[in-house]
Amino acid sequence: MATPEAPNETVISEELQSFIGLESVAATYDIERHAVERFAAAIGDSNPLYSDRTFAESASYESLIAPPTFFRSLLPGSYPKPYPEPFAHILDGGSKYRYNEPVRVGDQITVICKITDLFEKHGRMGTMLFKVSELSYTNQEGRLVATQTSTTITYGTGEKDSGIDDH
Amino acid sequence: MTTTNPGTETPTLWYDDVTTGDELPEVVKNPDTKQLVMYAGASQDFVAIHYDQNVAKEAGHPTVIIHGALKSAWLGELVTSWIGSAGRLLELDVQYRAIDFPDTPATCFGKVIETRIEDGVGLVEVEIGLRNSEGATTTPGRALVSLPTQDN
Repeated sequence: MATPEAPNETVISEELQSFIGLESVAATYDIERHAVERFAAAIGDSNPLYSDRTFAESASYESLIAPPTFFRSLLPGSYPKPYPEPFAHILDGGSKYRYNEPVRVGDQITVICKITDLFEKHGRMGTMLFKVSELSYTNQEGRLVATQTSTTITYGTGEKDSGIDDH
Repeated sequence: MTTTNPGTETPTLWYDDVTTGDELPEVVKNPDTKQLVMYAGASQDFVAIHYDQNVAKEAGHPTVIIHGALKSAWLGELVTSWIGSAGRLLELDVQYRAIDFPDTPATCFGKVIETRIEDGVGLVEVEIGLRNSEGATTTPGRALVSLPTQDN
C-alpha cells in the first residue's frame, strides 16, 4: 500500500535563499493624472477624489489623489541578479497595505521590493512556493507613504505562465 | 447623524456615530471580461489567465479569472466610499482564498468590529470581504480607518 510521501527535497535552493533580504533596483514614477484616472476607471471606482480636482481640494487634499491600490501599477525594478523561479504557474495570495499618507497627482514615488520570506507547502497541487515581498513606496520628499506586503504562490511544471517573471 | 462638508456633497462619517456591529453599505460589482482587460492594462498585470480563455481552460477553469488585486481595489472602494473624504484608510489586508469569475455579481461587505481612541484619533477596525453569487466568501480581509471626532 503506497502512502504519499512528502518530498524531502526542498525547492528552496541556496541560490533562491540568497534572495531573502535582497532589494530590487529602485524604480521611480511620476504620478500622472491620466494614469490615476485610467486606474480608477479600470477598477470602476467613481470617487471624485481621483478625477475632480476642485472636489479634492475642497476635501482638504491639496490635489487629486490615487486610489488605495493604485500602487499595484507601480511595478518594482528587477533584482540585481535573475530570480530563479522554480515553478511554472503563479497565484496571488493576497496583500497587506499600510498607508501613512495619500499619494497625490504630481508626486514622484520610488518603489523598492524586498523578498522577506520564502517557504514551501505541500498540497493537492504538489509543492507550492510562497514568496513574501515587502514593497516600499517613498515620495519625492523622502517620506515613506505606504508599504505593501504581498504573498505570491508558484507551483507546477510545464510551460511558464506569461507574466510570471514580472512578479 | 451625517453632515456635509462645506463646498462638497460628501457626507462626513464621524467617529462618534460609528458603533461596533455597524454594517458598511454593500458595494456590488458586475465585472465583465472588458473590465479585466482594462485592469490588466492599468495595473500592467499581464498574467494570461486573466484575459486568455485558452490559458484559463487549460488550467481547468470555465473562463478567465478575476485578478486578486482587482478584488482588493473593490474592497478598498467599499471602505473609502463608506468613510468619505474626511476619513483616512490606514490599513487594508486582503486574502485571496478562492477564485472569482467575471459575468457573475460580486458583493463587497463589511462590519465594524472595534472602535477606539488612540492619541486623540478615532480608529475603527472593520472586517471586510467579497462574497460570490453563491454566498461564499472568497476574499476575506480587514481594514483600519481613522475618522474625525466631533469635539475637534
